[in-house]
Amino acid sequence: MISAQGLSHSYRTRFGVVEAVRGVDLEVAEGEMVGFLGPNGAGKTTTVRMLTTLLTPDGGTATVAGHDVVRERAAVRRAIGYVGQSSGGTEHLVSDELRTQARLQGMTAADAAARAAELTVRFELDAFAGRPLSRLSGGQRRRVDLALGLVHRPAVLFLDEPSSGLDPQSRANLWDHLRGLRAEHGTTVFLTTHYLEEADQLCDRIVVIDGGRVIASDTAEALKSRIGGDVVTLETDRISDAATVVARLVPGCDLDTTPAGVQFHVAHAQRLLPELLRALDLADVALESVSVKRPTLDDVFLRLTGRSLREEGRPAPAPAPAPAAETAEAAAETAAEAETATETPNTEVTT
Amino acid sequence: MTTAATSWIIFRRSMRYTLRKPAWVVFGLVQPMLYLALFGPLLNRISQAPGFDGGNTWRVFVPGLLVQQGLFSAVFVGFGILSEIRSGTLDRMRISAAGESGLMLGRMLRDAVVLTAQAVLLTLGALVAGLRAPVGGVLAAFALVTVVGLAVAGLAYGLALTVRHEEAYGQLVNALMLPAMLLSGVLLPLALAPHWLSLLAKANPVSHVVTAERALFAGEFGSSDTLVGVAVAAALAVVAVWFAARAIRRSS
Repeated sequence: MISAQGLSHSYRTRFGVVEAVRGVDLEVAEGEMVGFLGPNGAGKTTTVRMLTTLLTPDGGTATVAGHDVVRERAAVRRAIGYVGQSSGGTEHLVSDELRTQARLQGMTAADAAARAAELTVRFELDAFAGRPLSRLSGGQRRRVDLALGLVHRPAVLFLDEPSSGLDPQSRANLWDHLRGLRAEHGTTVFLTTHYLEEADQLCDRIVVIDGGRVIASDTAEALKSRIGGDVVTLETDRISDAATVVARLVPGCDLDTTPAGVQFHVAHAQRLLPELLRALDLADVALESVSVKRPTLDDVFLRLTGRSLREEGRPAPAPAPAPAAETAEAAAETAAEAETATETPNTEVTT
Repeated sequence: MTTAATSWIIFRRSMRYTLRKPAWVVFGLVQPMLYLALFGPLLNRISQAPGFDGGNTWRVFVPGLLVQQGLFSAVFVGFGILSEIRSGTLDRMRISAAGESGLMLGRMLRDAVVLTAQAVLLTLGALVAGLRAPVGGVLAAFALVTVVGLAVAGLAYGLALTVRHEEAYGQLVNALMLPAMLLSGVLLPLALAPHWLSLLAKANPVSHVVTAERALFAGEFGSSDTLVGVAVAAALAVVAVWFAARAIRRSS
């Protein structure tokens, strides 16, 4: 559905030429939902603008929905839906904009009105359909943006930072709509994000971009498995006994002791837990708690680039693969562990 | 989709907005009304001066005011499109079956209609102040104002899409507007000008349009002043349409 080879673009600024995108290759299959993940300034928006024909590439080629983005611009524009980064809204009314956009897609006045009504129900816009876009909340406006991008039932939908600036509830609501869209219509979705959970929870596949280049492309699971599995933490008084048991049961698990217990890495930790708990019980090791943390995409990004995504693209002080030390604690532990602690929902078992 | 179909859709969208907030059209008239009330009366005593031909001074002053209103509309029009760029509206509309030129032309038509409506209101105000002019000529002058509105809007959109920043656009329009105004005799007829100034003014297309407006207010349909001014306005409008269409196609 989307195919790009060597796509590149440079901007001329007062300070010289900035190579925003340097040879991006992409393949997105029909019905796939792909997250384009990277820090600010990685080249995400520039790539999307090239794929949506808003920007002419300096180099490389791309086809979207079977049409070349340069030579068949009009055909691409008819086939795709585009939800750009929005800031503020216009003074035009929601219902008016829906109808106008439908008319611009070539629908008759009657069809446009019917489609606008349908989308109003589907995206729960009734309550503010008569208000100007500028007077909506961020979440409301995003739903309107989405409806506007879907007016003509496009085969491919591009979204640029769709959940940027949304509160968690609105974000969850947006995700529901995107999932529904794919389930009901098989729409191909390509979205850029610098939110890890978004790419993680929503997308079939994640393409990681950094410095204008694609540096990884895989499922979230596969990307995470690259960094050696889950982190298991056992809290106990009898640290050395616990360590002995773990070392016997899971050899080569990167075992480490902490002031409160032991910590180790293992793939599919949840399958190991029953056996481990039994063994610890037999060795008479009483546990305060057991926790299993899944590695996050941030860990992956850190591993791939040497920087955390949350640093918003600031260059790392130390060269890759040494992680950037964010705090004294983070420096003390391994960066992957430190990163994990802040944001991921984790499975925790307390004995 | 044809340019005409796109233009019609966009014209109606813009017009609905304007009609929902007609106060803006009236606010836009505050400045020219002040000119009418506080500057116009100064001219009564100089009706014998060159360019006034001893007649009704309002007949000379009002046409200039209408053209000046047209020039000033560039500010609002340009800022309008910049806000539509900023909100992502223009990109969203470009990703559709619409013709890009139509996205511009529809807006330009609305702007021309708004300017014409303002011209009508201003002229009514001038009637109260003491304007007396032949009806046919004034109606023709309104038609010329519509063409001026198209031209100014197109140039404003082209410029705004090229510079893309409110601040830069504001500066640029300011820098272009003042000489365009001063060298067109909108406030006082150029018949008062020294030779070098009138030569400079002749190079400014706007001056010919002002001259034509005055000729129409005097009821001179077939005079060379009228014909030249109409031709210049029409040529400006054609260039403006081309410029705006090119700017949106190249905009990224």
